[in-house]
Order: sequence, then C-alpha cells, then structure tokens
Amino acid sequence: MLKFIVRRLIQLIPILIGLSILVFLWIRTLPGGPAEALLGERATPEAVARVRELYGLDRPVWQQYGSYLESVVKLDLGQSVVSRRPVATELRERFPATIELTIAAMIFAVGIGIPLGFLAAKRYQGPIDQLSVAGSLIGVAIPVFFLGLVLKYVFAVKLGWLPTSGRSDATSTALHPTGFYLLDAVITNDRVALVDTVRHLILPAIALGTIPLAIITRITRAAVLDVVNEDYVRTAHAKGMEPNVVDRRHILKNAMLPVVTIIGLQTGLLLSGAILTETVFAWGGMGSWMYQAINFRDYAVLQAGILFIAIVFVLVNLMVDITYARLDPRIRVR
Amino acid sequence: MSLTEAETQELQVERDQIVGRWTDARQRLLRSPSSVIGLVLIGLFVFVAVFAPLLAPYEPGDQNLSVIRPGVYPGPSAEHLLGVDQLGRDILSRIIYGARTSLVIGLVSLGFGAVVGLTIGSLAGAFGGRVDTVLMRLMDMMLAIPGLLLAIGVAAAIGRGLTAVMIAIGVVNVPVFARLLRSSMLSQRESDYVLAARSLGVKRGRIVVGHIIPNSIAPVIVAATLALATAIIDAAGLAFLGLGSADPGVAEWGRMLAETQSFLQNAPHAAIFPGLAIIISCLGFYLLGEGLREALDPKFRR
Repeated sequence: MLKFIVRRLIQLIPILIGLSILVFLWIRTLPGGPAEALLGERATPEAVARVRELYGLDRPVWQQYGSYLESVVKLDLGQSVVSRRPVATELRERFPATIELTIAAMIFAVGIGIPLGFLAAKRYQGPIDQLSVAGSLIGVAIPVFFLGLVLKYVFAVKLGWLPTSGRSDATSTALHPTGFYLLDAVITNDRVALVDTVRHLILPAIALGTIPLAIITRITRAAVLDVVNEDYVRTAHAKGMEPNVVDRRHILKNAMLPVVTIIGLQTGLLLSGAILTETVFAWGGMGSWMYQAINFRDYAVLQAGILFIAIVFVLVNLMVDITYARLDPRIRVR
Repeated sequence: MSLTEAETQELQVERDQIVGRWTDARQRLLRSPSSVIGLVLIGLFVFVAVFAPLLAPYEPGDQNLSVIRPGVYPGPSAEHLLGVDQLGRDILSRIIYGARTSLVIGLVSLGFGAVVGLTIGSLAGAFGGRVDTVLMRLMDMMLAIPGLLLAIGVAAAIGRGLTAVMIAIGVVNVPVFARLLRSSMLSQRESDYVLAARSLGVKRGRIVVGHIIPNSIAPVIVAATLALATAIIDAAGLAFLGLGSADPGVAEWGRMLAETQSFLQNAPHAAIFPGLAIIISCLGFYLLGEGLREALDPKFRR
C-alpha cells in the first residue's frame, strides 16, 4: 500500500509541472502580457519596464519559466491590483472559507446521496426509486447560482429563517485562529459562533451540493443495482447471513468503487461551482475573490486562484485513488 | 469472380444488420418516454431560438419605462407576459432571444471542441506510440483544471464577449472528445474487420476514416448531446460572473440572472423565468443524451 502511494506521488510530479506550464503559458497570452497582468491595465510604461526587468521578461522563455516556478514555490504570487496586498496573503485568508464550504457541500451530497441511491436501488422501480431518478435528472440541470438565488430568496429573504449572505453575523466577535470558522468555534468553545456559522453555511452548502447530490445518487443507485444480482450476494443470502450485514459488507462495499471515483471528480465541479455560489452568497472565499478578479482584470489573483484550485483538485484525486486502492486490492497490484 | 446466390443473400443480411443498428437505435429512442420528452424540449428550444424575432413581442433591448418605478418592477401582466426587469425590458422577449444566444454558444463551442478534440483523439488513436503519449498527457493536464475554471481562464485571457465564451467552453470540451474517441478507437483497432481491411492492403488513413471512426462514433454522439447541456449551463455561469457579452442589447440567460440579483426582493420573477429556461433546455439535452446512450449501447438491446 505504501509503495502504491509513493508511486502515485511520483506520478503527480509531471502533472504538477504540466499544470504550472499551462498556467505560465496562460499568463503569457493575457492581454498586455505578463507585466501588465501583474500590474493591471492602468500600469504606466515605466512600471511595465521595471517589472519586465524585475521578472526578467527579456530573458529566454525557459529561464522565465524557471523563475516563475521558483516564485510559485516560494509563494511569491505578485500583488493584487484591487487591494494592493500580496496575493499569497489574501490566498491564505481566503482559502479556508472555500474549503469549508466545499466540504460542507460534499457532506450534504454524500450524506444524502449514498443512502438515497442505495434505497432507490433496493426498492427498484418503486416510488422512492422513481422520485430519485427524476430528482437526480432535474438536479443536474439546475445551474448552481440559480439554485442559490432561489434558496436565498425563499429561505432568507421571504421566510427569514437563515441569513442571506456572509460567513458570520456582522456583529459577531468570534475569534478565528484558523480561518475555518466551524473549527474555530469548536476550538474556542464558542457555542454562539458555532450556531451562527452553521446557519450561514446551510444555504450555500445546499446550493453547491445539489448537483453532486444528484450525480452521487444516480451513480450509487446504478452501482448497487449492478452488485445486488452478483453470485456472491446470493451466496451470502443463501448461507443465512443477516440482510443488514450483506448490505453493508457485500453490496455497499463493492458498489462504493464507482461512487468514490465520482466523488473525486465532483470535487472539481464543487470547487468551480464554489466561485458561483460564493458570488451569490457573498461568501468571503476564493470564489468571490476570483469573481472580483475577473471584473477588475486582476490577473495575479486569477492566476493564483486557478493554480491553487487545480492543485487541490489533483490532490483530491490522488486521495481518491488511494481510497480506491484500499477498497479494491486489485488496483494496488497494477 | 461472381457470387453465388447464397453468398449474395448473406451479404444482404449483413448489410441489413449494419443499417439495422441505426434504425434499431432510432426505434428504441422513440420508444423511451424520457427521450421523447427530451426531443420535445430540444425541439421547443431550437424552434424558439430560430424564430426568435417572430415570436418575441419586443426587442430584447427595448425598455418600457412607463411601467417601472424604483423598487417596483411589475411581474406577469397582459402587456408583458412574464413581467419586466429592473430596466423595464420584457422578460419573455429576453428569454426568447436568450435561447438564440444559448443555442449559438452551445453549437459553436461544441463544434470547436469536437473538431479539435476529435482530431487530437483520432491522431492519438491512429498513430499510437509517442504521438499518443504526448497528446494524451496534454489532455490530462487540461482535465486537471475543473471545467468552469478552465473556461474562466480562457475567457479572461481572450477578453469579454461571446466569441471568448464560445472558445472557452469549446476548449473545455477538447480533452473530453479527444479521450473518448481515442479510447473508442483503440478498442476498434484490434477488431477483426480492421485486420481484414489491413490484410486487404487498405491504406491506414482510409481504415481510420472509413472504418474505425464510423464505428467509434456512438459514444461521441452521446457526449456531444450532453456537452450541449453543459455548454448552456457553463455559458450561463460565465455570463453570471461577468464574462459574457459586453453588449447590453444581447440577451443572455446567465446575465439576466446576474443582473436581477440585487432586485431579487422586488422582482423575483426576473430571476425565476430565465432560470427555468436554463433548466428546461438543459433537461432536454440530458434526457436525449441519456436516451441515446441507452439506444446506441448494444448492452441495453433486448
């Protein structure tokens, strides 16, 4: 198992290098080139010249790539043209919000999707099954920001049950040592902050988690349907094994393989969907940061955001591969 | 060399089976209620998009300032069937013209993604070896960036406008089609009929174009249908983020939603209807895509 993990980590290197090359090339295609990308559209020619010299933009491309890579590794990501602050500092402040939202959305999607898909398959063609099939079809067709707007309108604006935006109440004085508000509330043992954070988290998490929920439900249902007719399931039943144990040990465990893969792929959808969800709910994470960057042509921020999210996505898929190998010993051998 | 009657008949049967595959798929598609619903929804969407100028009661940019006051943006009425937005524009008309924008974005981005992707995929599949490795690793890199994020990057690099949106969404489709066609081709390459063609001395290019690609195309058709649904949603997402058309006269569903965000309390209808339009058109392509998958896959054949 350790050998497998090491091998996958080594395979990660060319992907990360490739990613950095893609982002590096992308910066070079930006309107005005990399110097203006770092300085913004209103940069003076002198400033551009200074940056060109500073970043060695007159040197050969491969040398430039080398120094680009070096600055990325050193987390020297330039300065935001909007806030005039280092991008790396802002990134550090912003990413916990997005990760928290993404995890909450994933818990919502997995927590409902897997049991629902399982139940639907067990009651194949029953009312639950048909509802889940119809629901998951409509679920994938709803744009995340539209769902966000509707949820916000119904539950926050009309009913007033939950807050409309932000991560915590404006009057909140809670401490945030880690930036992960839920974790902070638990660490500081602040019950008020915990309730407040959860209340703010519910709507964005549901909005963001609905598409993955639809997909996970569908995949779980299909995977369970595939497995329930296997011989080993029949054998387990025949030898008088408790139905619950058969469900857990034979059906669910084997059906989880495709589900785990899909969960990994959904993270990408979640991370990019977070950009839209955060915009709707004024959630102070990477998404609203990148939204602002798009509208102010803040390319240094955009670059950092894209690189960061892509790296997280790659790492999540690595974790998925490892989980997969744990679930299915055959994978490790290959 | 002349064929005996029995041999001719045998060939005839074989040809019937080849024709039969598509006829059969069509019949199975039309037997599935969800595919038919999908077809109807797509038909409606395309009809509205094509005949937008005839169907829309107003121009998409027309403002009826007589009906709006700050904070008051009337909902459905006889004059404006779906109400007006915060600038007094007729929402129905904007949805109808928005269908046109969505259809154009969907088709052009699909065309771009499919042509580039299928070319890369078929090159990789046909040549194998180093060409295959290099091309596929490049596709893997692109897949490592989540779709919408890649589109945001590309659109931001090109600049604001519908062309940028179409290229951005098209680029996202490239690796999908490339991988799909390649893997499909690889499984065909070793098949008996390809070996037969090769042993007859048919040139490689002709085998690829004449035999392998037509037999590998079924999953591509399914992916293309589903890509249209994704294109509509992603285009709306990009417009929502401010990366759509810069021209206020162009009606885009995503931007309609973005613009009404701050007026949600006063004009919920201005958000609901464009949202429904997105859902209905996407649902059409999803239903058809799923139906096609089942119809074209021999596994589902009874």
